[in-house]
Amino acid sequence: MNLEQLAKIREDGQAVAAMRIATGLPGTGMHHIMVCGGTGCTSSGSNKLCELFVSEAEKQGIAEQVKVVKTGCFGLCALGPIVIVYPEGTFYSQVQAEDVAEIVESHLVNGTPVARLVYEDIGDLQLPEGHSPTLYDTTFYHKQLRLALRNCGRINAEDINEYIAVDGYKALAKALTEMTPDEVIQTVLDSGLRGRGGAGFPTGRKWMFAKAPAPKKYVVCNADEGDPGAFMDRSILEGDPHSVLEAMAIAGYAIGADEGYIYVRAEYPIAVERLTIAIAQAREAGLLGKNILGTGFDFDIQLRLGAGAFVCGEETALLTSIEGNRGEPRPRPPFPAVKGLFGKPTVINNVETYANICQIILNGAEWFASQGTPGSTGTKVFALGGKIKHTGLVEVPMGTTLREIIYDIGGGIPGGKKFKAAQTGGPSGGCIPAINLDTPVDYDSLKQIGSMMGSGGMIIMDEDNCMVDIAKFFLEFTVDESCGKCVPCRLGTRRMLDILTRITEGKGEDGDIEKLEAIAEDLQCSALCALGQTAPNPVVSTLRYFRDEYEAHIYQKRCPAGACKALLQYTIEPEKCKGCSLCSKKCPAGAISGEIKSPFVIDPEKCIKCGVCMSTCKFNAIVKK
Amino acid sequence: MALTKEQIASKTEELKAFIATHKDIDGPLMPIMQHAQESFSYLSMETMTLIADSLGIPVADVYGIATFYAQFSLKPKGDYVISVCQGTACYVKGAAAVLDEVKSQLGIGSGETTPDGKFSIQDTRCLGCCGLAPVMVVNNDVYGRLVPEDVKGILEKY
Repeated sequence: MNLEQLAKIREDGQAVAAMRIATGLPGTGMHHIMVCGGTGCTSSGSNKLCELFVSEAEKQGIAEQVKVVKTGCFGLCALGPIVIVYPEGTFYSQVQAEDVAEIVESHLVNGTPVARLVYEDIGDLQLPEGHSPTLYDTTFYHKQLRLALRNCGRINAEDINEYIAVDGYKALAKALTEMTPDEVIQTVLDSGLRGRGGAGFPTGRKWMFAKAPAPKKYVVCNADEGDPGAFMDRSILEGDPHSVLEAMAIAGYAIGADEGYIYVRAEYPIAVERLTIAIAQAREAGLLGKNILGTGFDFDIQLRLGAGAFVCGEETALLTSIEGNRGEPRPRPPFPAVKGLFGKPTVINNVETYANICQIILNGAEWFASQGTPGSTGTKVFALGGKIKHTGLVEVPMGTTLREIIYDIGGGIPGGKKFKAAQTGGPSGGCIPAINLDTPVDYDSLKQIGSMMGSGGMIIMDEDNCMVDIAKFFLEFTVDESCGKCVPCRLGTRRMLDILTRITEGKGEDGDIEKLEAIAEDLQCSALCALGQTAPNPVVSTLRYFRDEYEAHIYQKRCPAGACKALLQYTIEPEKCKGCSLCSKKCPAGAISGEIKSPFVIDPEKCIKCGVCMSTCKFNAIVKK
Repeated sequence: MALTKEQIASKTEELKAFIATHKDIDGPLMPIMQHAQESFSYLSMETMTLIADSLGIPVADVYGIATFYAQFSLKPKGDYVISVCQGTACYVKGAAAVLDEVKSQLGIGSGETTPDGKFSIQDTRCLGCCGLAPVMVVNNDVYGRLVPEDVKGILEKY
């Protein structure tokens, strides 16, 4: 493919591309039904919906006027499966197989959207007269700025032409024909883009370090997204794989590499499949391989699958794993930019970082730097999860406050419960309490309040979650995932977990908190890699903000949130108990006794705290404290 | 499910062919082991020896990798592999209780297989469908928004 052919495909697809972003345009005279094919919606049956839309359109005789497109993630995973119908931009949520016929008949044939399925919660947003709300007016989308996710949900990820139509491979063409490698690096540097994988190192600086001449160099994409609760990288790979391939080629041009590797989690089958398709299509179109776009630049990409080791998300461990070894980290320096994959200079960036590159090249460094805050430019994608109404993916300008993310976009805490903490940064991050809800979210502010950006997982916890238990949960994770190479991490995480386990079992002792703090400090300054150095963060941050909960566990043998099983006592409130005996019949331990029609009692010695009695009682007479 | 002798023989031939086409790529060991794991559903001593001999490396290297990564198994897995997500989003929504229920229903622990070879339980950290939390996967079937009471009915389907 040459530059003219690329431009031709882009022009041909322009009308469709425009229709799918600005609603209300006449488009191409066709209805486009965008069905989310991300992991969340696929799990709730979206593949079946695609088939049904096609067959139903045929049945109702409008197959010619309808195009069904399986896209990447729309973000509002909580309400999946999601279907968007263009040109109207009607946003349907929780669409079931039995709804398909109705949508086709009412909306596509007769022009009346199926009101009961339309998601149009626009909060207190004022719309101009006669303007019916679209997807972008809803509370979930209104405050978002989708740059990295711009094509997710807008294009068919398995069709390279759809990507080209939304300015795909235009940035690569621009870099190759209008810019020198140094100009590319300078642009990335000036944009202020920082690594989206967690630590926030300036991307342009990494590229600059790797530009010193060498006979062989590599470009690597870290797609080993291991933080539990973070799934933005997966969504980008599923919804817009070409944007990553294109950015890697641009990085290759900038530093002078002709080979790239993507290391992706094997647990992401859909992402692996779409990447495989995308690489094959790009090769066939001549956008990967030899002499790209006739410019004489060569670049190709290989895929490598992870094998289920969290530590491989650490860059040196990832490189070691690609080389075919146990994924153990190496001491730095030398940094990968000097001595990386197979001992050669290597640029390694995370998926979301790459997803920003093409737009920086196309729109310029200034444009990018004008978004977000001066120290953290651009946007960040967060995976909202846990006790929040709108679970899903959101992308906001850096500097947006936690309150806006959690309440305005996320819809707040369900069930009338109280917000307790937001956990960011996964096992390396910390818990942010309610007093910090108005903190702007950027690299530096989060660090100041004892957490970190991390890859962008944001788990919301309510009053029912015990903070000691959460700290223990993360330590269990790091103990499991510690590679065992360095002693501080191998033993330190284990000792911390032992102490936390004791505390949650009611066997905490005076001095435990101090011991935790001492080990945490040792680990932070002596572990080999970031996994070990940051492993104590969940404990340190919960101790900082929720010390009283630790103290209640240790000194009063009480779990204030009522989550630690061993510390709970189930009791029957005699004034509510009708003496029906149902609970005593259900109790697997035979711990409940009493006379019919008079209050029953639980023997705490026999009680195994399974909670069956509580869920059985029809009179809410059983309480746990 | 135990493989028959014929199946093992044909899979071994197929693995040999795969090794022949892959042994000269950069970093060949992991892709070859992943292929073997998928094909046999576990890595036997024989398989690991075959891989080591073909690449001219010690078996200890292959074994070292097999025990490092969670994806590799040294024992055959059951016909149905059950993963209950223990990622953070699932955990705060009660995934631990769901996993406990699966364990007690089947009478086995994580990483174990039922004596009849039907079910295995596998530890899983985040399947990435946090919108459906808590989630459990049986082979390729995904079950979301679970409470422990759902487990029995799901297992009975298999």
